[in-house]
Amino acid sequence: MPFRLPKQGAPQILAFLAILLADRLVSPQFFDLRLQDGRLFGSLVDVFNRGAPVALLSLGMVLVIATRGIDLSVGAVMAIAGAVAASLVDTHSVPLALGAALGVGVLCGLWNGFLVAVLRIQPIVATLILMVAGRGIAQLITEGRIVTFTSPQLAWFGNGSILGIPAPVAITLGMLLLTLFLVRGSALGVLIEATGANARASELAGIGTWAVTIAAYVWCGLCSSVAGVIAAADILGADANNAGLWLELDAILAVVIGGTSLFGGRFSVILAVLGALIIQAMNTGILLSGYRPELNLVVKAVVVIAVLLLQSPRLAGLGHWFNRNRTI
Amino acid sequence: MDSGSKQAHALLEVTGLTKSFLGQRALDDVDFTLRSGEIHALLGENGAGKSTLIKAVTGVVQRDAGIVRLDGAGIMPRNAEEAVKAGIATVYQEVNLLPNLTVAENLYLGRQPTRFGLVRDGQMRRAAASLLRGFGLSIDVGIPLGEYSVAVQHLVAIARAVDLSARVLILDEPTASLDAHEVEILFGIMRQLAGRGIGIIFVTHFLDQVYAVSDRITVLRNGRLVGERETSALPRLDLVHMMLGRELSEVTADREQRIVDDSGAPYASFRGFGKRRYVAPFDLDLRRGQVVALAGLLGSGRTETARIVFGAERADSGTAEVAGKGVHITSPREAIRLGFGYCPEERKTEGIVAELSVRENIVLAVQARRGWSRPLSRREQDEISGHFIKLLDIRPADPERPIGLLSGGNQQKVLLARWLATKPGLLILDEPTRGIDVGAHAEIIRLIRQLCADGLALLVISSEIEEVAVYADEVVVLRDRAHVTTLSGDAINVPAVLSTIAAETPHVA
Repeated sequence: MPFRLPKQGAPQILAFLAILLADRLVSPQFFDLRLQDGRLFGSLVDVFNRGAPVALLSLGMVLVIATRGIDLSVGAVMAIAGAVAASLVDTHSVPLALGAALGVGVLCGLWNGFLVAVLRIQPIVATLILMVAGRGIAQLITEGRIVTFTSPQLAWFGNGSILGIPAPVAITLGMLLLTLFLVRGSALGVLIEATGANARASELAGIGTWAVTIAAYVWCGLCSSVAGVIAAADILGADANNAGLWLELDAILAVVIGGTSLFGGRFSVILAVLGALIIQAMNTGILLSGYRPELNLVVKAVVVIAVLLLQSPRLAGLGHWFNRNRTI
Repeated sequence: MDSGSKQAHALLEVTGLTKSFLGQRALDDVDFTLRSGEIHALLGENGAGKSTLIKAVTGVVQRDAGIVRLDGAGIMPRNAEEAVKAGIATVYQEVNLLPNLTVAENLYLGRQPTRFGLVRDGQMRRAAASLLRGFGLSIDVGIPLGEYSVAVQHLVAIARAVDLSARVLILDEPTASLDAHEVEILFGIMRQLAGRGIGIIFVTHFLDQVYAVSDRITVLRNGRLVGERETSALPRLDLVHMMLGRELSEVTADREQRIVDDSGAPYASFRGFGKRRYVAPFDLDLRRGQVVALAGLLGSGRTETARIVFGAERADSGTAEVAGKGVHITSPREAIRLGFGYCPEERKTEGIVAELSVRENIVLAVQARRGWSRPLSRREQDEISGHFIKLLDIRPADPERPIGLLSGGNQQKVLLARWLATKPGLLILDEPTRGIDVGAHAEIIRLIRQLCADGLALLVISSEIEEVAVYADEVVVLRDRAHVTTLSGDAINVPAVLSTIAAETPHVA
């Protein structure tokens, strides 16, 4: 199969490769891989491993944004799910703790979807409610402490591996495939795009727009809770104050870098995940380079501007204009 | 070629205007002259280059070649704002003012009277009120613009444009969403402005209005100038000929004799159907193979009837029967399940999903009915869209093109295809020929007749009474949100429908 850049994702792929290359320049061992205890280690693996939570969030976020919505509560839902899993796992069975954590994520999604689709509250305000309240709920569950656990099964979600691949990466990959199957294997994807691009027309065409919208928020809640479990498993405990803090912004950024418009409509799940990896590759690169981590935020802004400029139709028009002047 | 004797002085002179988009000539060496004090109709089918001409003159797009002179001096505006400063103001079909600001704020946006940097609200309102009085409009200027009718919004837009010291006023499809009375008011104002020496360029699809108000006509076709004529010296048929380059088989020609068979049970039947403060309870029978038309002025309850039948608004009284069985129509989904389809009047906001492709737009209603879990395979989608693109002659015949890039007439055909793909029993068409060029008009009407012959029940809303008179089996006349009279069979003719609409003019001020 000859390699060619897909038309749609070229800027993101090029940006990702460029950042990996830059990482290689600041850290010569960047691409080195080693197998240890049946699990791959290395900076590149770290990019995927550390990027997993935001990638998971972006899986749900991209659907919500495609409906012309936004979900600010994903970080808080992570905290709740982590708190639920950590506080149940040592007293109950692991499946029950996991099921409860994911169930809470679905409930949070239903709540957001209900506010947005049924009560027609603006998404940014509707999900702000859970963003604020959710962290409070998580703190209530943990009673303000960092709840630690000992269950090795739950810890596997943070530190385990399948066929050498770190568990978070494998889980994210699985969720990515599941999401793709859900939205592109069914008609849900195009119904979401229609709803986001023109809700009134979609309704008159017979689409149950409120059901479509709720589905997007529910999926977002579920993905957030998976991310929450991974984050808790990673530190063998639930930190209600910091788990998922500010990650909603990274998730939104990932979706935007992935080329999905905040005005809804067309979306790409894969490119949203790639957006999350771009963000993490930058984070990792800065840590490796020895610069102060604070610099990360500035560099992040620069890369975001670069990717967005590459996508800007204005810029494409400008390019055309330059070409025209050349040919005449 | 300048055919006109130069009795009035040339206000705006365009010569050799040329503009290409991505290698396609949108305007090719076009000349255009606007004299002061004249109303000059700019005509042509969709894609003829009318809007490109306007955009090139007002600097919204940059011209490739050509000269634009205003009062003899060459101008080269780089954007609409510079054009306004030069004295050329444009009012577009979709009013581009801010509905959430008050009328006064809209009129003086960007140039509010201030003192110490603060807006002097009182002074602004007084100025706004007196400005609008000059246009025969006495309204409260302290109320958000969005709360007024589209007609008022248009007049406000025109008032703002003229007040910005315009000497050339361009009106792009200003009458598309106005009813007959409002159009008259607008024409009065246009004549008054022309009397002051302002040159007005008037772009429209309505030939009646061209003859009612314009002094001169310029026709474009495929980006080229066809000619400039004085309106009084140009018979209608010649004008159509100039625009289409072929004889339009006069759509108004023959009303074919059809035997109206009222004996059979109606396909859909409504009794005492209505909603408080929306549309008064009405009785309506829709039969297969028949066209029922709703006629009346804008706001008379035509669209409201359509929406309530389709479930977009929920009826609070009356009963509905489809194929002899009582039904509750509570949502568009339910109506679609019953075999209804609805092409709304607001094609852009309620019909098409602009960024989706033609294919996706065509299969949308079918897919919605099947549910999300049973997707149409790509092959089925290609089959359906390919079939209808061919059947309805949708152009360009590219199913993957975003529908937003198609012309109005072709978008309308895609919407028709969307519903035909659901194999409906009843199709509701709200202003199917609005904002569509003359050639596509005839085509849509031919389609309506064809669908009817194929055994569909059709409910059509149209302001084009001449057209309605050709294809309708029954005309329901509405006034003040109530069904007033039903004309059927031979009783349907243009004078009869018009006089019924006009009869007993509503005494609500």
